[in-house]
Amino acid sequence: MISQGVMYFFGLLAILSSLYILFTNNILYAAFSLVVTLLSVAILYLAAGAEFVGVTQIIIYVGGIIVLMIFGIMLTNEQRVKTNKKAAHNKFMAFVISISIFSILLYAILRLNFGDTKIGVEGNVKELGLALMTEYLLPFELAAVLLLLVLMAASVIASRKKEIN
Amino acid sequence: MVEFYFIVSAFLFSLGLAIVLTRKNAIFALIGIELMLNAANLNLIAVSSDTMEGQFFTLFVIVIAAAEAALALAIVLKVYQYFKTINLNEINQLKG
Repeated sequence: MISQGVMYFFGLLAILSSLYILFTNNILYAAFSLVVTLLSVAILYLAAGAEFVGVTQIIIYVGGIIVLMIFGIMLTNEQRVKTNKKAAHNKFMAFVISISIFSILLYAILRLNFGDTKIGVEGNVKELGLALMTEYLLPFELAAVLLLLVLMAASVIASRKKEIN
Repeated sequence: MVEFYFIVSAFLFSLGLAIVLTRKNAIFALIGIELMLNAANLNLIAVSSDTMEGQFFTLFVIVIAAAEAALALAIVLKVYQYFKTINLNEINQLKG
């Protein structure tokens, strides 16, 4: 069981690293900062008793999506001097919209009555695997088909077409 | 503790929204979308202590996020080959 101090620490770490993504101009540093955010979120999952989801988060996000993103960043890198000048736009409107959404959410959260909702139960990987193969079999298989489709579609889209003739 | 998870998740969602709205680079927008998906997952995990439904939702959301990232990056590569830029303000014609 992870102590509460560790939870607060990683929650703050997630917030700080995502703030860094918002304010940095270097996209590669933003990708690395996203790694820190995702790892902190994974540790929050572990602290909430969702071990399987936390490990899945680490494998898929940090091992897969981040690698894809860095791959994309390196293949599409423009001259850094040109993009650094005006990397952001709509700053004021975005600030207003996000602050208002955050305050609405915060107001709603503080008004909620959680009662004695507990967080952090024991591990339940076995039940999760059993339910995936029985109760959630249809979405599981659909996810498999979706992944196969996406694999083919992504390779078809990204490949260069051969000239006919 | 659930409140803490909810507040962290609200913060991550707002930050992801701000990143999507302000950035011109397409990959930055993707990073913002990933942050928003993670915020939703954090909420689902925080309330999944009694039943495990939140964990199943989170697993499928992670699958969809992986699929979305792969497809979006393929499209970004193709757009870069054609327009020589991935600045979202300059990509303004549909006909390829």
